[in-house]
Amino acid sequence: MQVWQEFRGNTGGLVGAAFIVALVVASLVAPLVVDQAGLDVVTATGSPLEPPSGRFWLGTDESGRSILLLTFWGARVSLLVGFAATLLSVLVGTLVGVVSAHFGGWVSAVLMRVTDFFLVLPALVLAAVLMAVLPKSMWTLILAIGATSWPTTARLVRAQTLAVEGRPYIERSKALGGGHAHVIGKHVLPSVLPLVFANTTLVVGGSIIAESTLAFLGMAGPEISWGSMLDRANSSGAVTAGAWWYLLPPGVMIVLVVLSFTLVGRALETVLNPRLKGDR
Amino acid sequence: MTVSTTGEPAIDPDERRAGTSTVRYVAGKIGGALVSLVFVVALGFFLFRMIPGDPLATMTRERPTGAEQLAHLRERLGLDQPLWQQFLDYVGGLLRGDFGTSYMYRRPVADMIGERVWPTLLLVGTATVLAVLLGMWLGVRAAWRRGGMFDRTQTGIALALWSMPQFWLGLLLLIATQGVFPSRGMSSVDTPDGAAAQILDVAWHLTLPCLTLLLVIYAQYMLVMRSSLLEEMGADYLQTARAKGLRDDLVRRRHAVPNALLPTMTLIFLQFGMVVSGTVTVEAVFSWPGLGLLTYEALRGPDLPVLQGVFVILAGSVIVMNLLADLLYRVVDPRVRAS
Repeated sequence: MQVWQEFRGNTGGLVGAAFIVALVVASLVAPLVVDQAGLDVVTATGSPLEPPSGRFWLGTDESGRSILLLTFWGARVSLLVGFAATLLSVLVGTLVGVVSAHFGGWVSAVLMRVTDFFLVLPALVLAAVLMAVLPKSMWTLILAIGATSWPTTARLVRAQTLAVEGRPYIERSKALGGGHAHVIGKHVLPSVLPLVFANTTLVVGGSIIAESTLAFLGMAGPEISWGSMLDRANSSGAVTAGAWWYLLPPGVMIVLVVLSFTLVGRALETVLNPRLKGDR
Repeated sequence: MTVSTTGEPAIDPDERRAGTSTVRYVAGKIGGALVSLVFVVALGFFLFRMIPGDPLATMTRERPTGAEQLAHLRERLGLDQPLWQQFLDYVGGLLRGDFGTSYMYRRPVADMIGERVWPTLLLVGTATVLAVLLGMWLGVRAAWRRGGMFDRTQTGIALALWSMPQFWLGLLLLIATQGVFPSRGMSSVDTPDGAAAQILDVAWHLTLPCLTLLLVIYAQYMLVMRSSLLEEMGADYLQTARAKGLRDDLVRRRHAVPNALLPTMTLIFLQFGMVVSGTVTVEAVFSWPGLGLLTYEALRGPDLPVLQGVFVILAGSVIVMNLLADLLYRVVDPRVRAS
């Protein structure tokens, strides 16, 4: 496909994509490779807060567990929450955007009012509050993040749908008897989806950061994730004790993952934009 | 307004203007903001009274409570009344300035919020001012020599900083400057009395949290300033200025930058939502006694009345900021007036 060929020319995007693929594969393979006893507080073998050594390459946490192991394992939850929340957010956003732009009238007015309202609310505060009042689990976390990040996608999709629906061939399609499903399915979506895809990669980055921030505030479930590692690093006093080896790995992983997604997203946008602006 | 020889203005601005009058625009925007505020209040009630199902269950989730205690609490907190009655009480209270009583501290929420507003304003205000200045300066320099080393480095740094969780950056700074800066609070108890010493003490405590907040928000200003300046630089009137013989530096300072400032200025108000989110984490990391720390502590309870009050205040102020941004844009950009 032409998109792939153009994408290949963008070094940043390639590096980012490669890193993400490698990480996803690693997380999927983890249960087969990792000795899960090392993750349990009861069966951990190291002493608390050991600096990196030959035995524990990244040192240990406050319960004596290997940080290398924890970081590797934590990727699973962090990525899962990031992807799932993004999926939710993009689905809702695309639905709202397409419906609002396609049907217009009061439906659009109401939807846009709601969208603008959610856009204005501080996302983190809303998400944290949701987590405080709902039982804490990974799924409520996904719900909270998804529920607060859909407005940006909705606006984007709406703008693009409006642009597509203004074109002459849409009018002809409707004149020939094309119903809503036909117009949306055959014409609007193929134009809108590439842009949504580029935007999605950026949303993933935001979701992963949101997960880590909510975990840091104590608002996440009990699973091991990069965010919860950082929360424990802070609240167990490891930070004030100077245990930099506890602080760096999860944070660096977050930065690398988000940066990768951002690079991929930017590369996709550069590739898709001139095409969208041209004649189709 | 030019005056012709007959003494009448050549163009009567009111007659020629085809767009909405200022009054109508302002009224429309204020109306919109009020509607949003109403939604915020309703959402606040919904979030804190209805979603938890039974707020008492949320409150006593981890603490075993006897049946008699539950009944007593229920009556005291007014939770045994019908929902619509609770909503009316809530709205009435808000209008009176009564935000309820904190579960954890047994104090009026309004008082608690009042105490914490000033430290947050100090932190956010200082960080924003510095971030705007830094971001604008870097953005101008980066755009002027587009594609150069400076530009690429700056964009790279901005991207990296944007990919970082704010609280992690704060923790990193804390570890990196181990012991140099105070790690918690707004002032130390052992500072000598006297205005100068006290102010210096607060400033010293302010450094790290301010720096953390600054590093995350400056990038937005830099990128926006850069792209809007790049757009300006392509404009015709700058060609004219250069053709007139103006030095590059003057062209930039006197013509391009002032016009490119516009999006940056409104960005300050629009960014407020992001800054609010940032405050919660930064204050949590550095134990800065502001609204963010209050939120963090309340989340642990969960202290629902405090959260409700903070939510309404924070969301409300973001709405007000957006309103100010809209109004400011109208005043500052004449092109908007004509639309």
